This record gives sequence, structure tokens and C-alpha cells, in this order.
Amino acid sequence: MCGIIGFIDRTKSRMDGSSIKAALSLMNERGSGDGAGYAAYGIYPDYADYYALHVFFDNLGEPKKKVDELLQQLGEIVHQEEIPTTPQPGIKKVHTPWRYFFKPSEDLMSGKAASEKDVVTYIVMEVNANVKGATIFSSGKNMGVFKASGWPEDVANFYRIEDYKGYIWLGHNRYPTNSPGWWGGAHPFNLLNWSVVHNGEITSYGTNQRYVEGYGYKCTALTDTEVVAYLFDLLGRQHDLSYEMVVKALAPPFWDDIDRMPAKEAELNRAVRLTYGSALMNGPFAIVVGTENGIVGFTDRIKLRPLVVGENGNRLYISSEEAAIRVLDPEVKNVYTPRAGEPIIGRFIE
Amino acid sequence: MTLGSVPPKFKVSIDRDQCMDCGRCIENCSYGVYRREGDKILIESRKCTGCLRCVAMCPRDAITLTEKPVDYRSHPLWSREVREDIIKQARSGKIILSGMGNASDLPVVYDHLLLDACQVTNPSIDPLREPMELRTYIGKKPSKLKFRKTESGDVELETKIAPNLKLNTPIMIGHMSFGAISLNSQLSMAKAVTELGTYMGTGEGGLHEALYPYQDHMIVQVASGRFGVNIDYLERGAAIEIKIGQGAKPGIGGHLPGEKVSEEVSKARMIPIGSDAISPAPHHDIYSIEDLVQLIRSLKEATEWKKPVFVKIAAVHNVAPIAAGIARSSADAVVIDGFRGGTGAAPKVFRDNVGIPIEIAIASVDQKLREQGVRNEISIIASGGIRSSADLAKSIALGADAVNIGTAALVALGCRVCGNCYRNLCPWGIATQRPELVSRLDPERGAVQVSNLIQGWTDELSELMGAAGINSIESLRGNRDRLRGYMLDEKMLNILDVLPAGA
Repeated sequence: MCGIIGFIDRTKSRMDGSSIKAALSLMNERGSGDGAGYAAYGIYPDYADYYALHVFFDNLGEPKKKVDELLQQLGEIVHQEEIPTTPQPGIKKVHTPWRYFFKPSEDLMSGKAASEKDVVTYIVMEVNANVKGATIFSSGKNMGVFKASGWPEDVANFYRIEDYKGYIWLGHNRYPTNSPGWWGGAHPFNLLNWSVVHNGEITSYGTNQRYVEGYGYKCTALTDTEVVAYLFDLLGRQHDLSYEMVVKALAPPFWDDIDRMPAKEAELNRAVRLTYGSALMNGPFAIVVGTENGIVGFTDRIKLRPLVVGENGNRLYISSEEAAIRVLDPEVKNVYTPRAGEPIIGRFIE
Repeated sequence: MTLGSVPPKFKVSIDRDQCMDCGRCIENCSYGVYRREGDKILIESRKCTGCLRCVAMCPRDAITLTEKPVDYRSHPLWSREVREDIIKQARSGKIILSGMGNASDLPVVYDHLLLDACQVTNPSIDPLREPMELRTYIGKKPSKLKFRKTESGDVELETKIAPNLKLNTPIMIGHMSFGAISLNSQLSMAKAVTELGTYMGTGEGGLHEALYPYQDHMIVQVASGRFGVNIDYLERGAAIEIKIGQGAKPGIGGHLPGEKVSEEVSKARMIPIGSDAISPAPHHDIYSIEDLVQLIRSLKEATEWKKPVFVKIAAVHNVAPIAAGIARSSADAVVIDGFRGGTGAAPKVFRDNVGIPIEIAIASVDQKLREQGVRNEISIIASGGIRSSADLAKSIALGADAVNIGTAALVALGCRVCGNCYRNLCPWGIATQRPELVSRLDPERGAVQVSNLIQGWTDELSELMGAAGINSIESLRGNRDRLRGYMLDEKMLNILDVLPAGA
């Protein structure tokens, strides 16, 4: 189950969160009230050059002290505050959501030359694996994830989602079946500017997890989807593959199809499968990923989960259901369902 | 002889009412259990190895073979085997030889690992109706790919991929040399792997001319004795394997008894007829990982860098760091042979006491290679006691790319695991060079049997993968999430990196 929705305005014209709340709530039959979340890009223009670290604190004592210390060691906190929330009858507040606007220092990491992104990645892995009572659930620039255990409208109201304006929105309505329904396990999953919403289960999780952990990522969310954010970061950022190529690695063509391709294309596709076999994702999935440059949607290789695409001018919508897209935009055009494994990419217009 | 004789292990009897006195038991038993005296067939149970050839060939099902209950005073410590080994050595003063794999009654880890299946929340996949991909490429892989854009905007691959072996199923047949086994056995297996699109090893025995038509599906071996190795041999193989160690006898070399060195074997191995072929314990040009690198690169240079080079080691206590060294040594694959691996002949004390189970070795090697960031760059081939498609699936989930089978392939040819391979008397025509015994194995029929076995396992693997919601073998490899340990202690679970059943 699970309901997912993704939206991009290619001209970076921003939309507030009220419509995505309505669209996601329409798919409540796809959820169980155990988790919902939103990712929005373009929401912090005043701090656009800083990493917005969203953290769940079990309490603001020891865990926060440890996170503060780590951040001060590895950079500068330019602003921090509790993420504004409004109590909701349907949400039991178990964590305090907090946000830091942070500037990492590239020369403070020991051992290797690191970029800002490497420093932030290190901080996320370190806190989530080793600081009890703290979980960094969002770490991108000029974007943020808001999630909790609850129904989509309750989570939206809790975080006052309508107060944020973004040019990319992702939404997720969760029906957890193979992992606990805790706040950190709700979608979207995020690392840097990668955010992932997912409907399905990743049966290759054990392989994918071991693969990314070989590169220093630590899977701590107790949920299979987390690994997708790390796979995108590894292949998309560290290995510098295009989004098309990342999707080719995660949901590649079948060998029989590769064998039928012209020689050069076959060679390229064979090389991708040989090199990135451990990144290949199996099981039923429909995924939308938010990135620095746009959104990417795709399904598993035999399309065991639904995905619908719609367009209207500069706007691209990807969702589990056409009805949800129509809530966002009743005038939507070019509604279609992509082929299995076909990447749907919405990029900003330069 | 003050030690006297030990009681026979088997009791052979003929139901005289059923017997039609055809004498097939006499013809078939190469160990001389049966003989005719006057109008009667006499039985000498003491010579029986339990190979079951007579039972299989008796047209009237008249023969009964039972394991004889122990005749010694029962004792938990001084078992029959322990006492008989002492008696043998008191008599001979020599190392006790044995054939086939480890025969100790140690727990089998495979039997304590359980696979997963989908229910409701994610669909299992039906391999009869959906694509199921078992194709595996063995060889070096780059850690990442680089692409370039052409002027026309096309994307082109910049990274060059090293030669890999394409396997249609992740099952290969391990190295059993011509000498240890008969040409007809090798021919049977070579035909099978060629038909199925997989590979077999030549063993340290050279390549007989009759196998040339199948050479594209054969991996040639360079062992410490270098028997049969020349440039022609290297060029014929699809890949080259350097054998450092073998699961049944880690740390020691090989020994082919002179009685198995027939004229044909002598030609293929390039040694005199009737001479013992003794491979040294170490390669005398490899005393460090640097030396191994040199040999790997020399072999690659000799074959123009067109063939993958594998390195085979026995699973021993520090197998993980050794494999990590091999991974960095230009090798394309590391073959790990567990302590249940078979052999033509090994000192019994080695076979039954040296090394570790393959299940644990795969898990710890996979883990170490990942920690060092090189797992993706080398293939892991596991062997030594793979008995079924379940063992195969579990091996892959623990981290192997593919497995080698040995004993299972021989059983498909008729072997009954009697463990007397070193005597050159194999009544099934498998582990022998005696022409009259070799001719008992028809390579055409043998090929069908081996092919059937591998096909059956392949289909079962597809079903197991489909049940787990997986449609490509890449997603089973190293997928510890799809395994659970049952009745394993916590430390073992940690080494295997699997959760306990129920978790």
C-alpha cells in the first residue's frame, strides 16, 4: 500500500503546502495512520546557503548537547530553533522536532579531504548511529522534511505545512507492514538534498544495505526505504552518474532486453549491471526522489506498484493515483502511466 | 599378526531364492567381494566399500548390504573409527589416506539457516510467468563507471570492463583432474556445462584432446605441481585458476597415486606413466602475496589479458584477510573451498580436522571485503559440501557470486560416496583409469544426468528467489536479510550476520 505524490514547478514558482496535504489525504485508504510526511524544496530562502538539519530529539538535554557539540566541532551553527508545531489530537508527540542552519567546515574532518557534503553526511551517520535520543531526518539546503506517526492531514497540521512554500513537494501516506511505525521510519527519507518517498517493499534490501554500508553509510531507520536515499547519494553524487543512469542501475533492463540492444547500448547496459548489481533493487516499488535539480520517479522492473504521471505547463506530477494529481491540479494534462523501470525526470528550466 | 583383523564394516548377503546365478555381482564388483567357487557365488564382506554397484546391477534385487553394527565394546570416546585407525597405523606406521569429503559428524551450518518467503505485503514472483534472471558474470568489476558525452549528445561508456565469464546459472563444477577421475567423467561434465552455459574445472591434470570441443567452458588450473601446464593449455581455457589450497586438505599439496597414471593421463599431465604425481604443499614460486601477484600477472600476460584469473584457497581460520589480500592482487575471483570439500586422496587427519565450514568462510570473506571496500571488485566462488539448491541459495545469500559443485556432480554420475577414490578401483567408472571400469560410464548419458541435476537446482533456485520476491540473482547475493539462523549461538549469528529465526 502507501500513497505517494511528487510535484515540481520547473520555473521554481513556489506553491504552499495546503494542496499537497489535500492530495495526500485523498489517498488515506493507502495509509494506516502510522506515518505521513512531506518534503519541500525552496522553503528556506533566507538560509539558502546553509544546511537545514532537522532533528528529532527525545529530550533537549543530553542528546541535544551531544549534537550541538558535534556541530560546533565540525562547523558553525548560524541559527537554531524548535520547528514550530501545533498540537493535534491525532498525534502523540514523542520527539521534539528541531532545526539547525549549519555551515560545515571542510577542513575539520580528519583523515581525508572532504567536501561540505561529506562532512554533513558524516554528521548524519554519526548522530543517527551513535547519539541515543537524536535522529537527523533531513539535511539538505533550502529544503526540509516534516514527518511523524499519524494521518497525512494531522501531520500537515502539526507542522503547519501550509505555512511553507516550495517548488518541489513530496508527500507520503504510510501503511507500514515490515517495520515499526515510528517517527523516524515515516517517509520521506532524506540525506543532503535527496529525499525519497516509496510505496512497496525492497526485497533486495539486505544486498543494497551491505553495498552502501561498504561505502560508510549506516542504515539506522529500521526501514528498507532509507537505503534508496543513500543509493542515490552514492551513485548520483559520489559516482557522478546522471539520474537516467542511476535509475538504469537501480531498475535495469532484463538481460534478454540487453541482449537484443545494438552492440554499443548493450555494452553500456551490461557494464551498468555488472558494476552496480548490488545496487539493483528488487521487490515491488514505486518511488519518487527529490533532488537538487528536480524530481525522479520510477517503478520496479515488473511494475508491481502503481505510478501515474501528469503534466500541466511547467508543472509535473507523479503519484500513486490520478485522483490525487487531480486534487492538486484539476486541469492536469498528459496523464499517463510510465513503463516499468522507465525514469520520469522533471528538471528545472535553466 | 598379533593385532588380528578388524571386524568388517558391511555385511553383504544374497537372497539365494531370488538369485538367478547370473554373476553380474562378480563382474561389477571391482573390489573382489564376490567370487565363484563351483556352482556357488561366495561373498567376502570384509572387502566391501559400500559402493552399492552390485545392488544397483543385480537384476533380481537379491543382494542386501547392511552396515554391520559395531563389534567392539561400545565407548563414547574410543569409537570404532578411532580404534581401527590406531590398529591400521600400528600395523603400517603410515599416514592414513582417505577419499571424498570430511566424514565427521559435525553440525552443518546450512541446515541451521532458513530462507525467507513473501506473504501478502509484497508479492512473490512466479518464475513460470515472470522473468527470472540467474545470469551471473564472474570476474573483476570496476568500483564505479565513467561516461562521456559525445558531440551529438550520446552517452558513451568510458570505463573498460575486464573480461568476465558469463554463467547462465550460478552453478559451476569444481576442479577434478583427469587422473583423479576418468576421461568419461570429465567428458560427461564438459558436455553438460557446455549445454547449460556454465563452466567446469580441469583440475591439475592438463586437458585431454577429447575435451578440446568443450574448452570454452573449461577453467584450466595451475596448481603447485604445474602438471600439464603449458601455453597451449592456458590458451585453451576460458579462465585460469591458481590453486593454492583445497578444502579437503588445506596446507598440503596433491597426490595422484602412480597406479592412476595411465598412458593417457601421463600425456595430459606431462609425467611418466605409473609415476606418483605429487604436488608440493606450497607453490615454490609463491611465498608472499607479491609473488602471487607476479604469477597472476604472468598468466594474464601470457594469455594477452583476455582471461580472468581465479585463485582458489581452502577455508581456514584467517580466510578473510587472505581473501582480502587476493582481492587486491589482480585476481578476478577468489574460490573458497570449505572443509567438506571432496578429494581423490587426502590424509584422513587433514580431511576430517583441518579448515572451517564454507558457510562461515563465505560470510566472513564477504564481510571483510566489504569493510575494505573491494567486495564489488572481485567475485566469490564457494565450494565444499554444496548438496542441494537450498545450500546454493544460502551460499549466495551469504555473499557468494556462484558455487562450485564436486561431489554432487559425481553422485549425479553414479557415485555412492564410498570414499575409496584413491584406490583406482571405482566400480562406477568415475574415480578410476582402468579401461574396463571407465567404459562403464557412458559420457552421453552421464552428460544428461549432470545436466538434469544442474537444471533441477537452477529451477529450484528460481522458485526460491521468486518466493522471496526477487527476480535477479544480484539481489540475492549477500542478502542476509533473507536468511534467519535457527538454533545457532549468538556469536555464530554475528559472524554469519544473520538474525535469529523469529526476529
